[in-house]
Amino acid sequence: MTRNAPRRAAIVGGNRIPFGRAGGHYAKASNQDMLTVALDGLVARFGLRDERLGEVAAGAVLKHSRDRDLTRESVLGSRLSPATPAYDVQQACGTGLETVVLVANKIALGQIESGVAGGVDSVSDAPVSVNDDLRRVLMELNHARTLGARLAALAKLRPGQIVPDLPRNAEPRTGLSMGEHAAITAAEWEIGRAEQDELTVASHRNLAAAYDRGFFDDLVTPYLGLNRDATLRPDANTAALARLKPVFGGAGGTMTAGNSTPLSDGASTVLLGSDEWAAERGLPVLAHLVDAETAAVDYVHGGEGLLMAPAYAVPRMLARQGLTLADFDFYEIHEAFASTVLSTLAAWEDKAFCTERLGLEAPLGSIDRTRLNVAGSSLAAGHPFAATGGRIVATLAKLLAEKGSGRGLISICAAGGQGVVAILEAA
Amino acid sequence: MSSSMSGTVSNGPGGRVGSDWYRTLANSPIGGPLGQLGLPRPAALRRYRPGQPLTDGPVLVGTAGTGTLAQHLLALPGLESVAATEPDAALGALVLDATGLDTLAELAAARTFLTGALRRLRPSGRVVLLGGLPEQAGDVTGAAARQALDGLVRSVAKELRDGATANLVLLDAAAAPADVDSTVLFLLSARSAYVDGQVVRVRAPGAAAGPAEAPGRLAHTGRVVLVTGAARGIGAAIAEVFARDGATVVCLDVPAQGDALAATSNRIGGLALQLDITAADAPDRLNEYLLGRHGGVDVVVHNAGITRDKLLVNMDDARWDAVLAVNLRAQLELNAALLGGVGGGDAPLRAGARLVSVSSTSGIAGNRGQTNYAASKAGVIGMVRALAPTAAGHGITVNAVAPGFIETEMTGAMPFGTREAGRRINSLHQGGLPADVAETVAWLAEPGSGGLTGQVVRVCGQSLLGA
Repeated sequence: MTRNAPRRAAIVGGNRIPFGRAGGHYAKASNQDMLTVALDGLVARFGLRDERLGEVAAGAVLKHSRDRDLTRESVLGSRLSPATPAYDVQQACGTGLETVVLVANKIALGQIESGVAGGVDSVSDAPVSVNDDLRRVLMELNHARTLGARLAALAKLRPGQIVPDLPRNAEPRTGLSMGEHAAITAAEWEIGRAEQDELTVASHRNLAAAYDRGFFDDLVTPYLGLNRDATLRPDANTAALARLKPVFGGAGGTMTAGNSTPLSDGASTVLLGSDEWAAERGLPVLAHLVDAETAAVDYVHGGEGLLMAPAYAVPRMLARQGLTLADFDFYEIHEAFASTVLSTLAAWEDKAFCTERLGLEAPLGSIDRTRLNVAGSSLAAGHPFAATGGRIVATLAKLLAEKGSGRGLISICAAGGQGVVAILEAA
Repeated sequence: MSSSMSGTVSNGPGGRVGSDWYRTLANSPIGGPLGQLGLPRPAALRRYRPGQPLTDGPVLVGTAGTGTLAQHLLALPGLESVAATEPDAALGALVLDATGLDTLAELAAARTFLTGALRRLRPSGRVVLLGGLPEQAGDVTGAAARQALDGLVRSVAKELRDGATANLVLLDAAAAPADVDSTVLFLLSARSAYVDGQVVRVRAPGAAAGPAEAPGRLAHTGRVVLVTGAARGIGAAIAEVFARDGATVVCLDVPAQGDALAATSNRIGGLALQLDITAADAPDRLNEYLLGRHGGVDVVVHNAGITRDKLLVNMDDARWDAVLAVNLRAQLELNAALLGGVGGGDAPLRAGARLVSVSSTSGIAGNRGQTNYAASKAGVIGMVRALAPTAAGHGITVNAVAPGFIETEMTGAMPFGTREAGRRINSLHQGGLPADVAETVAWLAEPGSGGLTGQVVRVCGQSLLGA
């Protein structure tokens, strides 16, 4: 039978490990370790041992050169059938959501019946490479065919070449860190310190409450002694946050270590399938992926903020779906920084931005803030770059399944001026 | 609950965690003098491996009294019999039909049969006596003769050596011969390695018993089995035995044990369910999961248990409440939800379902420093006995196993003296394995075990504690 009419891919469930603090519980765990164990937790939850899935798509932002086929290697180390194909995806912090879109699209087209999307990142086991000078000498040595050529190459070795290249959380084209970029945007949108701290407290309280009511019992599997996200502070309060010194935007800045996401380690996975595939196995369908959109902005010369791409992606997707910003029961806006969420919301409420930059006739509108990140988000959970998309998709899908109806909006900003957004609808 | 519900760890059925150095020494070439010193010689018990013969040697079947089960027993699948006319053959087991035993003369005949054959019993041999219920005897003498079998079998169990066991099966007059099959086959097999000196009552199964077993099929093929506290130890072994015998096994444990739970589940090809069974909404969530994901459940094994030892004079609310909550209250509440409206379509327990609880010999004999634990485990026995008659209408059985000293990480962490005493004060002079408990649970849960309900079967090697 040929399937040409697209169908909506079902989100069956998810599994992630608790996110760890950089240099903490997962200091000695590799990306492959974490992705493999996240896959195995998913296998255990849904009884997928030895199952051949359509594919597994995952990725990491900080990646060792040895992890060339990170996802395939993780599948081979997992309990899934080794006949399950896999590939790596890399789109900065959009990686996780992009893998969901890729797998869902193949399911929608009938090319596959099931798949896993996911992501992993470690800042504790990050790749450190030899610097370019030394690398050139080593490559020359490698290619040398005669003793003389080898000696000539070796003669180029210098003490300074020992200094390694460390991965940097900075944009190659601006030299600014992501936080410095976000601080510029926060200042442009006049986002205050207090509202950032309030958003941060809400994230921690919501995440803690979700853990306390068992919400994550079937979404998270402990790993290496960590049962909950290491950066979660259930007792977070604005008074304590107000005492923190700004870390981005200079002395007068509003962004602190408290209202910025901590560097984290972790992995997440999402199980997707066709409705038929799920039904055959007695598996639940929590939600369907309705649509997705990726946008990019020119943050180098175009005067737009590095992390503002979702502000462009969402209106385009809403227009295509005939929806308004108010038509959602849940909003999952990735908290790269509290100011990023608030800048995005401010932009959608701003007439000038919406008419001049988005080409709309009126502001996109505002959202009911009680529907924002109701089970916590990255400020509390942490943000292992490529793992965030999977965390959010599984969380939102379960929120929709609990409610039994409605739809949710996902918005994830990414380095390189990109943003990935999506709509889920209750099954 | 942030701590383990299972509390103990195994390497799965057949795996060993506790290192019984003494048993190893006693069975080594240099261990001979130990016997001359009068010290016990713990045998290496024959344990179940798929495909192995039912018994290690032929079975001699005899009759004392007017019982008529012998022909039925001889036809049991896998039973290799030997004629009484071959007096020299070494025996794997002795089976005596004493269901029609009602006089002291017939009791003497039972003694004669055993005396003549016991010497021929091979290591890890089996003695299985079948008797009638004393309360169903026609007269006082009959009741006395039937009850006498109890003392006879328990004493034989203590006299047997080399890992051999003796158990008594009391058959209700209303039961059919086939109702005893699952029990006799279990007691004859290596699956009952650590069940010794026990008395099991078999009644006629209740209404709507499970479907008849297809010959040659694994005992639990196609059934959905829930095991609580399945991440480690005895629970993991139980999950593994059910998976081996063909079941779809849902392995449940607290979220904090999730990584070990996932490993166990993936090892046996089961499903992991992270749930704190003491949570207020746990019964609802469990019902929803079982109905939504599996359309119901055939076997529920309440294995989850914790210890918080303290002398009663020092016992605080936290220790008492935590142990009672996990070990007893959760079972009561889950059973109420599982059974609620059975047959009405909204309860997950299917007709012919099996509930098996893991109690403890501590709940029978008491244990110093374990008032909370022993109270909870005794409470489980009370629960099982009270629930059995009410569940019988749907062919559902409710039973408990009471493990004695089982070699786990928990017992491995005991002080040396306590551990050695615990290991040796039973007729087999050694601790049992998690798999021994698991095999016993699986037998009680078999479709063919519908005649067993309201029972507490000890898996203790005939421990002196609480005997």
